[in-house]
Formats: sequence, C-alpha cells, structure tokens
Amino acid sequence: MFSLTCVGELLYSRSDMATLSHDDVRHIAKLARLTLSDEEVEKYAKELTSILAYIDTLQEVDTEGVEPTAQVTGLTNSFREDSIAPSDITPEALLECSPLPVVENQIQTPSAHG
Amino acid sequence: MGNTLTIAQAHDKLRTKQCSSSELVQACIDRIESVDPTVNAVVYKNFERALNEAKKIDSAGDFSHPLAGIPYLTKDVYCEKGIPTTACSNILRAKDYVPPFDSTTTARLKASGAISIGKSNTDEFTMGASTETSCYGTTRCPWDTSRVAGGSSGGSAAGVAADECLFALGTDTGGSIRQPASFCGCTGLRVTYGRTSRYGVMSMASSLDTIGPLCKSIEDIAIVLGAIAGKDPLDATTADVPVPDYRAALTGNIKGMKLGLPKEYFIDGMHAETEAAVRATTEVFESLGATVEEISLPHTAYATPTYYIICPSEVSSNMARFDGIRYGHTVENAENLVEYYKDVRSDGFGPEVKRRIMIGTYALSAGYFDAYYRQAQKVRTLILQDFTTAFKSVDAIIAPVAPNPAFTVGAHENDPVAMYLEDIFLDSQVMAGIPALSVPCGFSKEHLPIGLQIMGPQWQEENVLKIAHAYEQATTWHTAKPSL
Repeated sequence: MFSLTCVGELLYSRSDMATLSHDDVRHIAKLARLTLSDEEVEKYAKELTSILAYIDTLQEVDTEGVEPTAQVTGLTNSFREDSIAPSDITPEALLECSPLPVVENQIQTPSAHG
Repeated sequence: MGNTLTIAQAHDKLRTKQCSSSELVQACIDRIESVDPTVNAVVYKNFERALNEAKKIDSAGDFSHPLAGIPYLTKDVYCEKGIPTTACSNILRAKDYVPPFDSTTTARLKASGAISIGKSNTDEFTMGASTETSCYGTTRCPWDTSRVAGGSSGGSAAGVAADECLFALGTDTGGSIRQPASFCGCTGLRVTYGRTSRYGVMSMASSLDTIGPLCKSIEDIAIVLGAIAGKDPLDATTADVPVPDYRAALTGNIKGMKLGLPKEYFIDGMHAETEAAVRATTEVFESLGATVEEISLPHTAYATPTYYIICPSEVSSNMARFDGIRYGHTVENAENLVEYYKDVRSDGFGPEVKRRIMIGTYALSAGYFDAYYRQAQKVRTLILQDFTTAFKSVDAIIAPVAPNPAFTVGAHENDPVAMYLEDIFLDSQVMAGIPALSVPCGFSKEHLPIGLQIMGPQWQEENVLKIAHAYEQATTWHTAKPSL
C-alpha cells in the first residue's frame, strides 16, 4: 500500500511532471478550449516542457508548515450592503458589444448540443 | 513645446495663463504624428474628443486641480466609455470592443480634469516583457529604435519618454510598469496591491495585478497617485487605508533613513554597467545623509518561478471569458458551441496568451494543484517573510530594476524562458504586494537608460516617493531626452 508520501514522491518525480508529450499538449488544449495545429503541438510540447522544468525548481523549497498566501495585504471578507445601486450601463449597450445576433435581449449562440 | 513639460510645470503655466490646455493637447498630437510612426507607442488616437475636452476646460478656466487640462495616454487595457479598448489582442480587435463604461481610474482622472488622448501599446493582455506580443506590432525604445521599449506597458513608457504625452497609465503584474520605465528612462510606480482600483481594467492575474502611473518626474507620480488611489466599492480588493498627500512627503530630507542593498540582486551575467550604476547610487544616498547596508532576501531566486505558476494559473481563469459570446472575435459555421469556443479562441489569441493559458490549465488540473499552485502560494509566503524581516532593520530597499538595459527586438523570439528571466528582479515585490518604483540612475556606454528600483513596506508609497524624489533632485539622469 502506498503511503501519502510515496504518492507525493510519484507526483513530484521530474520525468512525470516536466516532460509533456504531444498527447499531453492536446489534452491540455482541449481542457482550455483551444485547437492546435500539428506544428503548434510540436512547438508547445517543447516550450511548455522547458517552462515546466524552470518552474519545477520550486519543488526544492522546503515549505513544511508554511501557510499559503492568497490575499497579500490581509483583507478578509470584504462585505458590502446588498442594495440596488443605479448604473448608467444599459442592457442594450452591453448586448451591443456581442458579435452574435441578439434576439429579444438574448444572444443567439451556436447550439450547445451539436 | 508643451508636450515636453512635466505635469507640475504644465500646471503652473495653465494656472498663470501662459498656455492653454488646447495648446498642450495639440503639442502632444503633433509629437505623436511626427514620432509615433517610428516609436509605435499609440494604438488608438482619441484626438478629436481630447481637443473638445480641452476647449471646454479652457473656457471654464478652472485649473485648481494639478491635473486639470493635462493630456495623458492610457494602456489599452483600461476601459473608457465609447473608446475602443482591445488589450492589443486580435480577439478584441476583429470587432473592436467599445466598452459601455469607464474604469474607476480613468473616471477619477476625468473628474480631476485630465484628458485622455489615446490608447498606448502593450503586450497582448499585458503578457510579455517587450511589447512584442501586441497585435499592433512592437513599440520601439525611443533611445535606440532597434531595441524594445520593455513591457508590458511599453507604449506608456515610450510615450512618456518620447514626450508624446505628459504622463501615462500602465499596469504592473510582474514588473510591467517598472521594467519599461527603466528601459525608456522615465519613472514608474507599482503600488501596494489594492492601493488603486482595478475596476474596468482587463485582468491578467487578479491576485497580482496593480495599476499605476508612468511619469517624467517623481513629483508627477505623486500628483497622479493622489488622484487615483483609494478605496473603490467596485473593487473589493482595494483597502480602506487613508490616502495621504503624497506631494507633501517630497521634502528632499532623507537624513537618517536606512536603506538596504540586497546581495541577491547582483548576479553573475548581469550587465556590468547596470551593476555599476546601481551601486553608484549608494554614494548619492550617503551624501544625502542616509545609510546603505547590505541585506539578504534569501528567497529572491524563487520569485520568478513562483510568478510563472501563479500568473498563468490566474490567466487561464481570466481568459476563459473571451469566448466570442459577449464581445470580441467571432467565427462562422461552427458545428456546436464547444467548437465555436475553440475556433474563436484559437483564432483570436496569440502565442504567448495560449502558452500561459496552457501552463495554467496544466498547473490547476487534477493531481497537480498541490504540487504547483499550492506550493507557489507557500513560497509566496516565504518571499513576503523575507521582506517583513528586512523592513525591521531598513526603511526601504534599493536594487536594480532589470539585469540589463533594453534588449534588441527579437532577441528572445524563440525562448520563452529567457523572456521570463527578464523579470527576475521584479517578481519578489509582486509576491509581497509591496510598492516599488523605477527612477533613472544612469546610462550604459551605448547610451541606454538604466533604472534604480526603490521598494518599501506595504502602504508606504510616501516613503518610497520621498527617497526617490531626494535622489532625483540630487541627480540629472531624469532630465535627459532621447533624440528622435
């Protein structure tokens, strides 16, 4: 049975993390809603691998017991009143920005069902 | 020529009727028409509207605010009502995005009487260190047009340095104000995270993005900051911290102040003249009665790898909104909605944006979140602690802005990591959320500007500006002008 540490080590092993195959790149592109040509797949496999090798240097930092920072100035729970405020932006002006047809104040998109 | 003035000088002339706002705006327009075909700092010209506003301000004749009637350029990521704003990306350029609202910052400037004359060039969605990823082409360094102006606020920095405007707005996520200011020989301030509002400015990395000014003097930085800083109900990350009178802090007296010089900012392979110019500032500070001591910020080398995890991760989330539905580029004949998204995004985004989206998507994908994003957030804590410790013994820290002066256009074309390394002295401050600025401190033998970086604790823009102002008053580097 693997201990958590063993799983961690597997996950952190450089061969696993720092080399991206063409299929990896295609999978990432799919998740990111991008279509890549074969030349782009080739190019990004190399480039992303070298970037990952660089950012992998962080794995050598001992962060045992260190809390992560998400909000750097220490703000927490920035609440406001739940009230209606006037705005001079009209729905029509926002819809005007769309490149797609607008029908009854709604944007007509290609079918979500194929 | 009104376009060469600082804000403070122009304000004096306006107040005493030695010149009009219309003359200032016209002088900037003339300068843009004459030099911008070479510099390429301006991507949208808002001249007619600017001249109309200047006319109104002249006839009202109220120049009580130091920004009244002052023409400026805005980086092409600040939304201005009715004015095309494209982030220099084909995804918003194909059908120009014309925002139906103003960013808080441009609204505040408008209320103070400042006049927006156009949009300045940037790397696509601010992703880059050279303004080479813009869909409008590269901005050139006014001191040597075979070189880059830096980035991503390259258009803003070059526009200020080339006297195409009196000041400009930029954004600094990972050095994008300070590095181009250094390359172009102007001043630029990155504020404490949350000091200025990000509302209406297109996001790159929301936990790191800041907006700030690029100017011809520290006094001008203080003037603009005073007009744009402060809490904004429309940006929940702005803090309710009082906005002091920044200009009043510029006393020139820094006697007894303690400055730290971090040893980690002087590395093998950096430009010898950059190192010499920055080290030489020590003598100036000592002559002003400050002391300079060597300090250590041990996690400095990890700041850039940390940045290139956190930034692309947040990029991959922020760029998701560009899907061809509500604004921007569109395509025809997509089979279904998912194919439409893919076609629009693949067509509209340039290579660096795609690269960052994919790095971020990978870092945040199942199984990798803890190893990348979480680990980066922990290292971020360690970098912040480096500064907290250092600021117990010194009031401010001085260091180089960049390891080298402006590089040649195309130098990092096929090497994204080399481009990322341009940030190595600029990402620690981002991780710690502290204010940092660039002020001119010398020239290389090739006559390229070199910038000095001055940083202070969170919310202490006043002290950082005071120190920079005292340095500026004791030197003449900031008065040099490029010949174009």
